[in-house]
Amino acid sequence: MAQIETELQALKSEAVNMWTLVNSQLSKAQQAFLTFDKDLAREVVLKEERVNGNELKIDRDCENIFALFCPVAVDLRFLLAILKINTNLERIGDYAEGIAKYIIDADAPFSDEMLKVTRILPMYEEAVNMLEDTQTAFEKEDTILARRVFKKDDVLDDINKSSHDVIEKHLKDHPGDVSQALWLLSIIRRLERVGDQTKNIAEEIIFYIEAKVLKHRNKFV
Amino acid sequence: MESTIIKSRGFNASFGANHVVKNVNIDIPRNHIIAVMGPSGCGKTTYLRCINRMHELIPGATSSGEMLLNEEDVYKMHPIFVRLKIGMVFQRPNPFPNLSIYDNVIAGYKLNGIKLAKAERDRIVEHSLTRVALWNEVKDSLTKKGSFLSGGQQQRLCIARAVAMEPEVILFDEPTSALDPISTSTVEELFHELKANYTLIVVTHNMQQAARVSDKTAFFYLGELVEYDETKIMFTNPKDNRTQNYITGRFS
Repeated sequence: MAQIETELQALKSEAVNMWTLVNSQLSKAQQAFLTFDKDLAREVVLKEERVNGNELKIDRDCENIFALFCPVAVDLRFLLAILKINTNLERIGDYAEGIAKYIIDADAPFSDEMLKVTRILPMYEEAVNMLEDTQTAFEKEDTILARRVFKKDDVLDDINKSSHDVIEKHLKDHPGDVSQALWLLSIIRRLERVGDQTKNIAEEIIFYIEAKVLKHRNKFV
Repeated sequence: MESTIIKSRGFNASFGANHVVKNVNIDIPRNHIIAVMGPSGCGKTTYLRCINRMHELIPGATSSGEMLLNEEDVYKMHPIFVRLKIGMVFQRPNPFPNLSIYDNVIAGYKLNGIKLAKAERDRIVEHSLTRVALWNEVKDSLTKKGSFLSGGQQQRLCIARAVAMEPEVILFDEPTSALDPISTSTVEELFHELKANYTLIVVTHNMQQAARVSDKTAFFYLGELVEYDETKIMFTNPKDNRTQNYITGRFS
């Protein structure tokens, strides 16, 4: 096996580990959100440093491979994709940390009524699923699965778009929920960003495998 | 639209029964740098030597198909005329060891019996050495023997010797494989300068060199032209798996 192949395989393993870690961060923040578990939320905040450390390590390894092996063709696309995926994963880690911080700071669990009307729970579920799908697509080099992520992101966008009106309507009937509503709106915005970052990751997977640039294009044409 | 200067159609070359270039079809655009790459024994140097009919100088060597220079079949031209139009630079710098730098540059004229006035000779020598960025380094030592120059300078002298004949195409057979990195870099920079006036076809084993210097790249394997495209495409998204495996070092 050529040395560059060994290096790229090691890098792929590092990326998969990063994915698993970020996925775990997002899922734990979800769990903390559902159960109002402040200890679990603190764990997410503490582990954010590990996400940052992994990001730096992957960046450095990419830099070394560029400098030492002059990659071309699929190897070059793989490295370019990893660099961007790495950045996107780190940002998702930031969002998970942000959500965990809300749980730590919040005074009381969110009202069931509000969770229901905002559809934040299915939104969160879909965001986690999307990220898992991209990891599987990356590991199996499955661009069909990567493409499914684009459709799923529409669900997140719809919930995000409707959240303003839904919350406004809810607050008219429950004026005491203002504080909670602001927290929820912030989490919804973060989940919408998770969807966007995950979509970017799916684009990078397709770029690496098929050499197609889908950025800023209609994905469903 | 770019015009084609060299065109091959169904071109084949053999050494006796050994068929080394197989049915090559290629259009080489004028004033471009074309890199020809492939593993050892793939036929790339043989193909290069067919372009200016050097191949036929080897006993038992044969060729068939069309090799056109400006739509004219080079195999129907006089071979000397072909080599005036299509110069060649080899792997190892090969200035004539007993000739001065000056005489090396105009050796092509002398060997072909073309007589020139002194002023014209001086003009060609200065012009050719300037073109290869060697004039300033040797203008005060033109009478010294070419073999006293460094390897990189000798190779540039050989390029000046080719340029002096004002060819339309210059063939390079691994022109920097015997040079150090600094000289290699100088020659590569020179390629970009020369492109304005000539078409350069460069056989190279060095893939990074092919990527750095050429506009288009041809990949040969087992005598076949596997893929020929813009260099940027060849090195980012080659269409053929054999090309991808070769350039990524996964060739078995």
